[in-house]
Amino acid sequence: MDAKKVDRIAKRVIQTMVLMIVVLLVLILGYILVTGLSQTKLDFIFKISKAAQAGGGIRDQLFNSLYLLVLALLISVPLSLGAGIYLAEYAPDNWFTRMLKTLIEILSSLPSIVVGLFAYLVLVIKFQIGFSIIAGAMALTFFNLPLLTSNIENAFRNLPDSQREAGLALGLSQWKMIKGILLPRIVPSIITAVILSSGRIFGEAAALIYTSGQSAPILNYANWNPFSPDSPLNIMRPAETLAVHIWKLNSEGLTPDADAISAAASAVLIIVVLLFNISAHYFGEKLEQKLTAKR
Amino acid sequence: MKEKNIIIPDHEVAISTKDMAVYYGEKKALHETRLSFPKYRITALIGASGSAKSTFLRSLNRMNDKVARVTGEINFEGININSSKVNVNELRRRIGMVFQQPNPFAKSIYDNITYALKYQGIKDKQTLDQIVEESLRGAALWDEVKDNLDKSALALSGGQQQRLCIARAIAVKPEILLLDEPASALDPISTAKLEETLMKLRENYTMIMVTHNMQQAARTSDYTAFFHLGEVYEYDHTSNIFQNPQVELTLNYVEGRFG
Repeated sequence: MDAKKVDRIAKRVIQTMVLMIVVLLVLILGYILVTGLSQTKLDFIFKISKAAQAGGGIRDQLFNSLYLLVLALLISVPLSLGAGIYLAEYAPDNWFTRMLKTLIEILSSLPSIVVGLFAYLVLVIKFQIGFSIIAGAMALTFFNLPLLTSNIENAFRNLPDSQREAGLALGLSQWKMIKGILLPRIVPSIITAVILSSGRIFGEAAALIYTSGQSAPILNYANWNPFSPDSPLNIMRPAETLAVHIWKLNSEGLTPDADAISAAASAVLIIVVLLFNISAHYFGEKLEQKLTAKR
Repeated sequence: MKEKNIIIPDHEVAISTKDMAVYYGEKKALHETRLSFPKYRITALIGASGSAKSTFLRSLNRMNDKVARVTGEINFEGININSSKVNVNELRRRIGMVFQQPNPFAKSIYDNITYALKYQGIKDKQTLDQIVEESLRGAALWDEVKDNLDKSALALSGGQQQRLCIARAIAVKPEILLLDEPASALDPISTAKLEETLMKLRENYTMIMVTHNMQQAARTSDYTAFFHLGEVYEYDHTSNIFQNPQVELTLNYVEGRFG
């Protein structure tokens, strides 16, 4: 066979593989969206869930998922940014740094149920925080950190040294150089890392069952006092998320229309993740434009 | 012919080295040097690749701190700056550097120049505007970019980017400018423009420039040092180096017999 022919065949094979993936994705997404949205009226988003009757909604679970995402990101993004900057820019290349990196990799491959049980034992039981959204956020931080940290570290490492030299040669301190010159350039990488981890947070159930709990107290959205038990802002209240709710409906749900609700909730979950990704890209791009004068 | 010929310029000295040597690990990359660089003059450092010209240059503003060990003295303004007591950030502000590849920040043209100034505490918009204009004029870039100061610096051509880097370097008002093959990534027209800029800056800045381009050294510099395999063999007026070298190695190099 001549080279040209081989080339054409290779291209076809690759195209076929891509096509298979696309078809698979479209089928899954299409199935979830169609079955989910056809069985329920959309206003179930604004109704509270019911344990034993039909016609329940997912209002509080949806809010809990979003609130948990915000809390987990608030904790994990600054931490991993610091760790990533340290590993890429400050850490000397020695056995300790290498050990640290290995540990981070190990942490990222822990099964989520292990992380969940660990957080349950330490936070919920030992420190007596109880089933709470903050315990859930911390559990999620555990496996958010490795992914975010190594993404951020790699983003810094991929920047050319010429940028560092340019900054230092002007008399900037190391920190000023990192903050003003390197950091703006890795904004897109941070956004991507946040999106990846947010998808994980939204979809996570195992680590949350024993931390943020499986009950969703009915929230009063007019109550903004973060210390009140029915306030949506309270971080010490148990908070069943959408993913946990779907799992519960399917495993031990007593609701007669459990199938319909869990299908619809799955569709909502996917749509919310999609919306989050799109808006994160949008704001990330705006931020990058502002910081780097890119147009 | 002599084995070595190193003169001491009869001119006010801006910066000088005394027994300065550089080691990468155990390997001695640059043997002891004793060079004095005259104020408000351009000195060219020439020599083949691997002759340690860049290593020498980068040691002068301590850019080699993390990669190499520099021994001996570098005297600038009456103090030895090759000492751990020296504030490196302040030193680098006073001894600026322009690199081989243009390396503008991913910021607007205006912010490229003002970022370091703001760090120094200059916040007044009018002062900043003024410095931006002065530096861009100094680097012969003002007329080309004055209407697009908020455009990204990365959208400029290579030659413009390099002149922006010069503008950025002179904006912090250094006394010395180190140039590490500043024209090697540029086309002939941009190079000519850059050389013209350097000749003009000579009035206010002491410049030390590494170059591989012999015509460039002959055209622009007042003094020239010839490096070979980590040693300085000859340092003299540029005209002497190119027309009447005292060392055989220099003669062979400037006549293109190796390189």
